[in-house]
Amino acid sequence: MAITPEEVRRVANLARIAFTDQELEPFAAQLSAILDYVRQLDDLDLGGVEPTAHVHDAVNAFREDEVRPSPGQDAMLANAPDREDGCFRVQKVIET
Amino acid sequence: MAWEMVVGLEVHAQLRTRTKIFCGCPTAFGAEPNSQVCPVCMGLPGALPVLNRKVVDYALKVALATNCRVAPVSRFARKNYFYPDLPKGYQISQYELPILEHGWIEVADDAGSPKRIGITRIHLEEDAGKLLHPEVPGADYSLVDLNRACVPLVEIVSEPDIRSPGEASRYVKKLREILVYLGVCDGNMNEGSLRVDANISVRPAGTEAFGTRAEIKNLNSFKFLEQALRYEYERQVDLLETGGEVVQETRLFDSHRGVTVGMRSKEEAHDYRYFPDPDLLPVVIEPGWIDAVRDSLPELPDAKRARFREAYGLSAQDADLLCSSRDLADYFERVAERHGDPKAAANWVMGPVLRQLNRDEAPPLADAPVPPGRLADLLALVRDGTLSNNAAKEVFDEMWATGRPPADLVAEKGLEQITDTSALEAQVDAVLAASPDEVAAYRAGKKKLMGFFVGQVMRATRGKANPQAVNQLLRSKLEGG
Amino acid sequence: MIPDLLDRTARQLRELLDRGEVTSEELVRAYLDRIAAVDPGVNAFITVAGDLALEMARTADARIRRGEAAPLTGIPLGLKDLLVTRGLRTTCGSRMLAEFVPPYDGTVVARLRDAGAVLLGKLNMDEFAMGSSNETSAFGPVRNPWDPDRVPGGSSGGSAAAVAAREVVAALGSDTGGSIRQPAALCGVVGLKPTYGRVSRYGLVAFASSLDQIGPLTRDVADAALLLTAISGKDPLDATSLDRPVPDYAARLRADPRGLRVGVPREYFVDGLDPEVEAAVRGAIGLLEDNGAEVVEVSLPHTEYAVATYYLIAPAEASSNLARYDGVKYGLRVAGRDLADTYRKTRAQGFGAEVKRRIMLGTYALSAGYYDAYYLRAQRVRTLIARDFRAAFERVDVLACPATPTPAFRLGEKAGDPLQMYLNDIFTIPANLAGLPAVSVPCGLTSGGLPIGLQFMAAPFGEQTLLDAAHAYERVRGEPVAYPDPASTA
Repeated sequence: MAITPEEVRRVANLARIAFTDQELEPFAAQLSAILDYVRQLDDLDLGGVEPTAHVHDAVNAFREDEVRPSPGQDAMLANAPDREDGCFRVQKVIET
Repeated sequence: MAWEMVVGLEVHAQLRTRTKIFCGCPTAFGAEPNSQVCPVCMGLPGALPVLNRKVVDYALKVALATNCRVAPVSRFARKNYFYPDLPKGYQISQYELPILEHGWIEVADDAGSPKRIGITRIHLEEDAGKLLHPEVPGADYSLVDLNRACVPLVEIVSEPDIRSPGEASRYVKKLREILVYLGVCDGNMNEGSLRVDANISVRPAGTEAFGTRAEIKNLNSFKFLEQALRYEYERQVDLLETGGEVVQETRLFDSHRGVTVGMRSKEEAHDYRYFPDPDLLPVVIEPGWIDAVRDSLPELPDAKRARFREAYGLSAQDADLLCSSRDLADYFERVAERHGDPKAAANWVMGPVLRQLNRDEAPPLADAPVPPGRLADLLALVRDGTLSNNAAKEVFDEMWATGRPPADLVAEKGLEQITDTSALEAQVDAVLAASPDEVAAYRAGKKKLMGFFVGQVMRATRGKANPQAVNQLLRSKLEGG
Repeated sequence: MIPDLLDRTARQLRELLDRGEVTSEELVRAYLDRIAAVDPGVNAFITVAGDLALEMARTADARIRRGEAAPLTGIPLGLKDLLVTRGLRTTCGSRMLAEFVPPYDGTVVARLRDAGAVLLGKLNMDEFAMGSSNETSAFGPVRNPWDPDRVPGGSSGGSAAAVAAREVVAALGSDTGGSIRQPAALCGVVGLKPTYGRVSRYGLVAFASSLDQIGPLTRDVADAALLLTAISGKDPLDATSLDRPVPDYAARLRADPRGLRVGVPREYFVDGLDPEVEAAVRGAIGLLEDNGAEVVEVSLPHTEYAVATYYLIAPAEASSNLARYDGVKYGLRVAGRDLADTYRKTRAQGFGAEVKRRIMLGTYALSAGYYDAYYLRAQRVRTLIARDFRAAFERVDVLACPATPTPAFRLGEKAGDPLQMYLNDIFTIPANLAGLPAVSVPCGLTSGGLPIGLQFMAAPFGEQTLLDAAHAYERVRGEPVAYPDPASTA
């Protein structure tokens, strides 16, 4: 199944990755080849087969409502590309 | 043509747990930015979420109070989208298996009759962080504070059962009251603890099919909710009546102008790519867990109101007012119990007590300087005639200000009521002597002047005179003489 | 200096350390020298933490002198560079995190620190663990210590190469679709992927959360058992870690294959399997049989669908797991004309081609209209694959098969063809999909002198049985596989 450069563009937008036009074509071809390969799953009759989200049947893992110490504001901001007044600084967010 | 408004609401309520839904950071409002964050809620590489058990307990309380069915198996899913206040690039929420479904609560419709509003589903999710837009001139940047990220929320999605702004507002008020009663949410709309989105469409009255709806985001007060619905209803009706079409879109309410505004539509439609979160296990709730929560459930507002009317003989209005918060209702009950006269207790709680509580800076009722026992003591002094009602109010305010017991204040201020006739007679005589015209008029038939004379005597005795004794004396002097 | 010090296993070193014949500091210095000598050629390390290692070694020596040594106290180890280390750069082999210094330790790292193990540094890997050759690392490819023109496998290529080149005593890696076992096989070392849920993932930078597991790469099976005990167990910080007893695997190891029921899955001996690999693996299984194991052929009928299933599930989860790299809180930021443009540029330049390919594939598989056809369908096939194994383990204790279809391939050989690269994981992926423990053990060399890996798989939480089988094979195999001697620049 061929995936078009247009479709790659749609997915790239969802994934927030910039692609140049030159990159798009080969990328579309590679994705198409992989999708063709995975299409072999269509051969299987999966009627009545439950999906596996977790490979083990464990359920209910909880923590108690107790405060755990944080590494602290300085440590948590130490890797920030840009910061101001204890906050992460980014270009203006326009509410859309 | 007559049109009908069709509204469904999504209410987001923050749960009052000590810590966040998936990590051990505190949830307190108003802390230093990014001081309540850790690798988990900041979405650091390698960090993993673990569900706070208290959040499930709270959800079960909500289920029981809103007649919801608890899902035997529920699951968390990732809602994927990019936004700077969303540290992981996805929000952990619930999608195809929410924890609660198929509930309802009862509210009054516009005619005052009870009406059930259906609840489609209630699910658990984490809140996002907060974006700050510095109001520095020329500031072309935003700041991200992640303290709120990962705070637990319940999203309560109603059926499109609501037909008017008033109904919408009463529905949210009722929900808020229930959540606050349950102790699972502080209901504080200013701090964003309760946020409302509205889906609204219109259709010709009497028809069944739904019209195209618009979603109005972030209605953070009852007033705005009603204004926004009213405006949006008019807007949609105008559109349809002038041959236009309603577009399915998200709109924002501009509270300054009182209008809703379409948000710039995105290049791509939302595609959240939900899938089960592999980091979290399914939540399986056995009936025993629900039973345990049921046993810990407080009396809910509707039941309490009914009981107050029945057991204390209160009017519907008084019961409503007293039950407007669980603390107030408890306070009233303790005063009534100790004092023995529920009507008097109700009047005092709805009067002087509420007046004090409504002042700015008033402490929460649990920390009130006049505990219920003290108020009952004060009412006992009124009942046995030691204090007049007016003097008692004065004493009450003093008790509130100082935290001292009533007996001390009464003795100190010499506020005991004068009932001794001989002590009052001189004051009565003096008032009558000073008002010959009024005496004449009274005797000529202007009986309304009795109030004037009583007032004069009360003033002369600084309120300490027993009004009945004064009445009696005046009557005998004015009429008997 | 003790002869062949660098050849000793962790258990042998334990005795030497406890008897005072060598100190941890001496050991660490010997390893740092070795790294300095050979790593310019191998490129197994992204970060060598020399000062930290010496400091940890001195602390370990004091602890040993107090008689309080734990099994790993003073033993120099390496960590794949996606295990989060407080104060020590953790790059995931990516430009995105080239400068990222975590403010916390992952659970496994904390356990190793508590045990007094010494961290020599952080090991090279395919970017975000996506790759089978270590060629996708932003820090350059790792070279196979057996042949510098060949890949070490991936994604834990640095870990496998470092163990094989004797730059560390042992290492930890992570395995999502074979990322421990495949490079272990190609480098001639032991690589163990535990049962999903056996080892905490807290502090393991996620690739595909429902498949990832941390595990050891070691010189021999007993060392793998030793490390497994040290890192296993329920962790309150990882909801998917399971609460099962953690035995002393190494102490309980059995070397006798008699009575062991070994299943040989016929679907693992197919076209495309290198004849020399097939011969070595069949020979190894024959050796077990000769020594008393009961060998039967079994069938895992859905094996052929495993790669397709995996290449839907893993990229889908990855597309979400890697959404956090947006240049806001940490990591690379490439400024664009506005915030949306910054996101796109940051992710375009921060991620390499393979990572982008998988994010795109996963995003596509989850997107509206495709979820049922791709992701959900793959989850159903996953159920069938797990069922195959359940049925097999009713008849046998372990399964034995090749770890990889071929020995180490040449650098660049498959780099241009993603699908061919993916098919290299055909024998390792099923254990991840079914959550099973699996191990690769060296079982000889090709005529060209390249290592071959024999893989065992066991039922969930059957690590003891799995290690017993591998250990038994090691015993009947006899002489240990030789160590390679990568060209030393010293």
